[in-house]
Order: sequence, then C-alpha cells, then structure tokens
Amino acid sequence: MAKKKIIATASLAGCFGCHMSFLDIDERILQLIELVDFNKSPINDIKKFTAHCDIGLIEGGCCNDENVHNLVEFRKNCTTLVAVGECAIMGGLPSMRNGIPLAECLREAYLDGPTVADANPLRIIPSDPDIPKILDRVYPCHEVVKIDYALPGCPPRADLIWEALTALVEGREPVIPYDVFKYD
Amino acid sequence: MSRKIVIEPVTRVEGHGKVTLLLNDAGEVEESRLHIVEFRGFERFVQGRPFWEAPVLVQRLCGICPVSHHLAAAKAMDVVVGAGPGDGLTPTAEKIRRLMHYGQIFQSHSLHFFHLASPDLLFGYDAPPEKRNVIGVAAANRELAVQAVLMRKFGQEVIAATAGKKIHGTGAVPGGVNKNLSVEERDALLNGPDPMNADAMVRYAQGALEFLKGYYAKNKTFVDTFSSFPSNHLSLVREDGALDLYHGVLRAVDSEGRRILHDLECQDYLAHIREEVRSWSYMKFPYLLHLGPQNGWYRVGPLARLNTVDFIPTPLAQEQLEAYRAVTGGKPHNACLHTHWARLIETLHAAEVIRDLLKDPDLQGTNLRVKGKREPQGVGIIEAPRGTLFHHYWVGANDLIERANLIVSTTNNNEPMNRAVNHVARTLMTKAKEITEGMMNAVEVAIRAYDPCLSCATHAYGQMPLEVSLVDDGGNVVDRKLR
Repeated sequence: MAKKKIIATASLAGCFGCHMSFLDIDERILQLIELVDFNKSPINDIKKFTAHCDIGLIEGGCCNDENVHNLVEFRKNCTTLVAVGECAIMGGLPSMRNGIPLAECLREAYLDGPTVADANPLRIIPSDPDIPKILDRVYPCHEVVKIDYALPGCPPRADLIWEALTALVEGREPVIPYDVFKYD
Repeated sequence: MSRKIVIEPVTRVEGHGKVTLLLNDAGEVEESRLHIVEFRGFERFVQGRPFWEAPVLVQRLCGICPVSHHLAAAKAMDVVVGAGPGDGLTPTAEKIRRLMHYGQIFQSHSLHFFHLASPDLLFGYDAPPEKRNVIGVAAANRELAVQAVLMRKFGQEVIAATAGKKIHGTGAVPGGVNKNLSVEERDALLNGPDPMNADAMVRYAQGALEFLKGYYAKNKTFVDTFSSFPSNHLSLVREDGALDLYHGVLRAVDSEGRRILHDLECQDYLAHIREEVRSWSYMKFPYLLHLGPQNGWYRVGPLARLNTVDFIPTPLAQEQLEAYRAVTGGKPHNACLHTHWARLIETLHAAEVIRDLLKDPDLQGTNLRVKGKREPQGVGIIEAPRGTLFHHYWVGANDLIERANLIVSTTNNNEPMNRAVNHVARTLMTKAKEITEGMMNAVEVAIRAYDPCLSCATHAYGQMPLEVSLVDDGGNVVDRKLR
C-alpha cells in the first residue's frame, strides 16, 4: 500500500470558517482519515511539526508577528502550501483595517469605546511582552512566503476543499471551476 | 525560590491563548494569567461602512458561530430601521431567524461536545495525547463519531436552508429576512431519510445526554469538584423567565441564585456593563457596573443560562433540567465540568425547538420585512452558543456606521477562565517540584469547558497543545514538558 500523505493545517488571522467548511465535508471526513495522516493542526495535539508534510493548508493572513513566524514554519515543513479562503489569499475582512492607522484601532478598542471610556483610568493599551506584536497592516500569505495553490471563497465550499485535497493527495492537478471564484 | 511557569500553546503562533503562572518562595501560586493574543480592531474599521453591511461583515469575526454575529448585528439594525427591539418583525421573519439560530446552537454544541470534549471522556484526561482527538474517537467508537458528524451536518443544513449558506450566510437583513423556508426545504429537514431529520436529532441528543450522565455517575467527585468556584451568572431570559436563546431581557444571579440584575431591557445594557483593560491581554474584562470589577464579573454560556432561567419551554429538555437542578438542590451550578451537562440539555432543547418550528406554517409566509421610523442607534443582544453576545451600533443620517461596540461571548468569560486556570494551578501546582502531564491536561480541561470561541477572541481551538517551562530566578529553564 502506498505511503499515506501527511497534511497539516493552520489558522492565522482568519475566523476558523475555512476549517469549519473543511468539517462540512461531513461523512467524507471518515474517508479522509483513511487517506491521510494529520500532522500539526489545531484539531489535534501535535503542536510542533514531527514530520515533513506533503500538504499544508493555511487559513487567514498575517496580522501579528506570530502569524508570520508560523507561516514561515509551514513553508519550511510542507512540500505544497495552499492558501485556503479569502483572508489567506487577499487578507480578507481583517485587512479592512489596512487603510486606518493601527493607533486609531487600538484607541477605539481600549480607550474610547463606550464600555471602556470611563472604565480605564490608567489609559491602558495591552502591550505586555507576553502577547504578540501587531503588524502595521494585515498581509496576505503570498506577500510573506511562496504559495502553491489558492482555494477561493469565504469560505471555500466544502466540495471544493474536498476536490482540491483529494487531487493533491492523488497527485492530480485540482479542478477549480469558474463558478466557485467568488467571495460571498 | 520563586519561579515563573509559562504554559504556552506552541501554536501560539496561530494566535492561541497562553498561560503564565508566578510561584512565590513558598511554592504557592501568586499570580496566574490567561493571555489572549489576537486583535482585530473591528470597532474602528466598521466606521464609515453602510449599516446594512454589518450583518454580513461582522460574522466574519467568527466562522464557528457566524450566525450569532449575523443575527446580533441584524437585531441591532432592526432597531435602527425602526422595526423595534425584538418583537417588531413579521412572524415569518422572526421564526426564520429563530430556526437559523437554533440550527447553529445545535451544530456548535454538537461540535464542542463530540469533537472537543468527548475524547477526554472516552479516553480519560491522562490518555496519550496522540489519541485524544476526534480521529481517535472515530477509531475507538465509530458509531459515536458518525453521530457527531451527522448532528453537526443537520445543524449546518438548517442554517443553509435559512441563511442561504452554511457559513457566512446572508439570510437576516435589517428589519427581517430575505427568504422564507420553502415546503421542499422544510420537508427535507422534517422528513429526511433517517437519521437526517428533526425527530432523529431529538433522539441523538437524548443519547448524548445519557452517554454524559453515564460518565458523570462514574466520575462524580471529580466532576463536582474540578475547578468549581462561586461566580455570578448572566444571560438573556424570556420575559416570563423561560430559556430563550434568540431574544429576551438581561438577568444575572449571584452564586447563591439571588438576582443581581433584574430583567433589564437590552437597549439599556450600557448603563450596567463596563469592561476593564489589562496590559497583558488583548481581551477585555467585562463586569456589572454597580458591583465593580472586583465583584461584578460573571460567567456566561450554558452553565450560566441554566442558572438564570426559571424553566425550559420544551418538555424533554425541561425534564432534564429538573434532574440537573436536583443535584444542587435548586442552587446555581458552579462546577466547571457541569457546563458539558448544561450544554447537552440545551442541545436537546435546540432539537425540540427546530422540530416544532419546522411544523409552523408561518415559515412559508411571504411578509418578510418591516421598517418604521429611523433611530440613530440600536443594540442587538443574543445568546450565542458560548454565551451572551452584545452588538451596539450608531448610524448617521447618511446610513453610515459612526460607531460600534462589541462584547463577544468569550470576552464575557475572560475573568472566569482566568479564575479557572488559577483554581487548577493552586490546587495542583502548589509546592510541586515537577510539572506533570496531568497538570497541563487539567489547565487545558478547565479552559476548554468554557468552549472559548476561539475565533471571536483567541483562535485557540480544540485541544490546546501546551508547552510548560519551569524557570528559576535567573531565567534558567529547570524543567520543560511538551505536549
């Protein structure tokens, strides 16, 4: 029997909707675990790569330094890297802050917001060394590392994720029909 | 020797939470922190967007419970377009939204229980980590795994039928909905081939409860005492005191069940809720203003809801509630792990509500949307799977959003999750010479019981892989465990 392909997944600055759409393959997930082994992924306990992976699925773009670090790790450890969904491909909803100075976003959230304005006498904005540094803007994955495939959608349909993944596992080129090129 | 313990998901690079503990000279836990490491800035960047975009924009904070954000924003915008706070919609619109919401409660609760919690119950908290995941469940108990997949699938189908799409749908619009439920869509959910129908889902939910109760019976002392501490509890309740996850008034009780927030109109939340900012977490710490940050913090979610409500308005879930309440003699439940029990009672309730709603001919009505006198602001509050979710928008005469305030469910549970971590750490790590796998498990189990939603607030999803380091005064790592 051929060696099982190994896949890894990550959610960076996304909403987990792409991982949820992945789960929407429903009963096929039981088929999938016959076809592949999962390595590093938020759905299991593997926290550091324990093997080189054939396929890495990335949800979300990069909004802080840890996202960047993680994406670079995925590039190093995965033969084929797939940007899954609008945020990974283009930055998505989190990148709506790109036109606004970061300081304004922080001010609204922690100093001026209706339930904090009179409740933050020390004018604290989170800044502890134990929390990651926020980037000046949100970066799509391909601006940080080389990306091999992109699956469009917000989120991509479960059927598209299934088709792309099984194609890559079987060594075929994934078929991405024109009508799934939408970000609704 | 004092020391600092860092419990850090290695996947913190994915934006997960992180725990730090400070032990003093006597080896006692002096300080514990659960850090939330994500920041979006939504309140700022939504400014200037057309108000009708809010329900489809905001849900993209969270792909795990997008329907909650979708509906909370729509409810706030109902007020803005003059459709009133809650009871102004047409019967078709309100019932379509309720169906959508209970579909989401059903799928999200199923996901949490089966995909996240059941591995611990099936294999034990000390099981090998590589086994403790949903794939391990599938290998050990295929029937349970299939049931898990189908329950989640059914909930997602309910959402797709009402919102147009399983994730990030568009069904709710300011003042109503944009589609009704066709007879074909109804019949597919009501009379689908077994088990893909509402009656089978009621049965599955009952089965899940029996599974859990069997586990509790065998592990009673652990379940009753693990990370159990008194707290206030807050949720929406229907005006007659019934459990209602879509709309109601805000009620809070203390750890003894005494009312501390008396059925407050949602539009008035701002007079009663504040959030504290701490430098070490991007997530704020909400509290009841009249009690202050020290005493006013509260829990939300299934545990809190079953503590605040008077009854559940569906018979099978009500029967389960009575058995659940008998355990504490009617007092509020404060045990962390009872949250799973409460969650499954709500899952059963959601299945009953879906089944009953599907039989209601109002779902095929064609009067979908109302509007009235424009208001400059609106508040929408809903009970998301993980707890109370607040949306508040101010909209200018030019239809653009001027300001927004969001308090998401997991934020409401920020202080309780920190307390849970502290409780476990104090209980297990005080004077400990070595960090064991069991201690790390325990910290994770306490956090996970809150089903922290993870995208809304942290991205920490499912099993949190942990790295724990014991560091001495000089910053030297004296012990390290990976999991």
